[in-house]
Amino acid sequence: MAESVIKPPKKQLGPVAWMRMHLFSSWYNTLLTLIVGYLLVTSVGPVLNWLLLDADFKGSDPSDCTGAGACWLFINQRLNFFIYGFYPNELQWRIDVMFALLALSFVPQFIENFPGRKWLGIFGMTGLPVVGYVLIPGGSFGLEAVDSAKWGGLTLTLIIAYIGIIASLPIGILLALGRRSDMPIIRGLCVVFIEVWRAVPLITVLFMASVMLPLFLPEGMNFEKLMRALIGITLWQSAYMAEVIRGGLQAIPRGQYEAADALGLGYWKKTGLIILPQALKMVIPGIVNTFIALFKDTTLVLIIGLFDILGTVQSTITDPAWQNVAVEGYVFVAFCFWVFCFGISRYSQKLERKLDTGHKS
Amino acid sequence: MMGNPMTETTRTPDSQQNSESRSEPKVDIIRVEGMHKWYGDFHVLKDLNLTVKQGERIVICGPSGSGKSTFIRCINRLEEHQQGKIVVDDVELTDDVRQIDTVRREVGMVFQHFNLFPHLTVLENCCLSPIWVRKIPRKEAEASAMEYLERVKIPDQANKYPGQLSGGQQQRVAIARALCMKPKIMLFDEPTSALDPEMIKEVLDVMVELAKSGMTMICVTHEMGFAKTVADRVIFMDGGEIVEEAPPQEFFSNPREPRTQKFLEQILHN
Repeated sequence: MAESVIKPPKKQLGPVAWMRMHLFSSWYNTLLTLIVGYLLVTSVGPVLNWLLLDADFKGSDPSDCTGAGACWLFINQRLNFFIYGFYPNELQWRIDVMFALLALSFVPQFIENFPGRKWLGIFGMTGLPVVGYVLIPGGSFGLEAVDSAKWGGLTLTLIIAYIGIIASLPIGILLALGRRSDMPIIRGLCVVFIEVWRAVPLITVLFMASVMLPLFLPEGMNFEKLMRALIGITLWQSAYMAEVIRGGLQAIPRGQYEAADALGLGYWKKTGLIILPQALKMVIPGIVNTFIALFKDTTLVLIIGLFDILGTVQSTITDPAWQNVAVEGYVFVAFCFWVFCFGISRYSQKLERKLDTGHKS
Repeated sequence: MMGNPMTETTRTPDSQQNSESRSEPKVDIIRVEGMHKWYGDFHVLKDLNLTVKQGERIVICGPSGSGKSTFIRCINRLEEHQQGKIVVDDVELTDDVRQIDTVRREVGMVFQHFNLFPHLTVLENCCLSPIWVRKIPRKEAEASAMEYLERVKIPDQANKYPGQLSGGQQQRVAIARALCMKPKIMLFDEPTSALDPEMIKEVLDVMVELAKSGMTMICVTHEMGFAKTVADRVIFMDGGEIVEEAPPQEFFSNPREPRTQKFLEQILHN
């Protein structure tokens, strides 16, 4: 605690010394530096030119694109479709409200000392899906119903990813606990569930959900295609989640269980107050990894005829009115995915730092 | 709760020195009768019999692998026994989960490796069980936890995390955490053997203090000085059996069994 009088020696390098040490320390390091430098010089310029300097942003139809650079006005023109899909124009405010609520719940999580941050986060996890459930399909509270076949674009991508993430975490936790249970029946059921779902490719799950599931359901009971896909994705994802969380549960030292037992905490209190908070914290990187993977896997719903953001872009670039805009379309999709996945990743790192109490039992 | 000496001392901390009051006849708070335990085919505990009166302080010693830790872990059912009977505060330990929980509420335990909850602050560690198991309001639980942290002389660390404390401090927190449940019995499972030498004393001081307050204690320890000062009885275990049982003066000056003599020779040598 006491202030040390003798400071540690300072290690400072000038730019030349730094370069000599890190870039030109040996002949092969020098060679690598030169090669990488050459590649950077030759590639950055053209890419920048294509992306920004020569690109066309203004205009209203394909003839306004000079062809020298990217034709961003294509994205501009069709942005409405990419975001809302076939959702009726006059009702798009509902989705805007959802976007606003989503941002309101999660953007403050990046801002230290934002008032009510914790409650906004909890709302984002619990209240937001409920609001969405009422607002997006409509059909109640005097809202006009919008068939789920009309949902699409970024909206659909976010709905699928969000429901998949929110629902698979609690199911995954229960499965992981069940797999470590002392009760043979519960353990057996969880093992079978996890091993079956984890061994099936998501594409197969989606096909089964859209084609086979209706055959097994009793007469008169039928879900929409989207709902079936959501259930399939959630169950599939929760099997993965369970294994990630089980890794965390196994890393908790036995002493923690014993200490909780000795204090008289029952199974659920012990699990909820002592074991899970530590286990989940430990596997945040793994959890986030599966979330990001799921977020990108949502594009697979394309094969059962749901138009997520990739689907909407793909269907537009085949539009004969617009020629040679495929690259722009895919770059745009890639950028959208990158923004969300990077956001999730940054948030998880922040969470890890915040929850770090500096000691592993 | 009224007969609990700990509660009384909490109310009037001045009465801590009144250890003489324990001379009056007390009830048997722990009874172990013909208890056996096996790990698979390995017979770890063989026909153990022990009766502990309220307020008694027992020290259990013995070579490593003698089953002493396993024995006290059976008393709050962290380990299961397969034969015989264990009755704690008139509740018999069986497979009945509710009975186990009842016993665990009345028995505090301190572990060799502290086993504090690293994701909770010191104060939260102490309040957790009173709030969730005893259903005491948070304010009250915190006030009482602070009292115990003062008794173990670390009230100023209340808002730190266990990872920021030294081993000795962590073990004192662990003692405070167990005391916060206002237990009738305290079990210590080698509380000082994971500590650096300079920290052993601060933990032993707290334990001596606790013994003076009239708490029923069973300690597995190699601290013979502690045994001499506070124990009413010293029990020597070897090979899963209780070999010898005697008051400390007699145990150390005049051990009867050859195995005890050999053990004492070995540990007093260094």
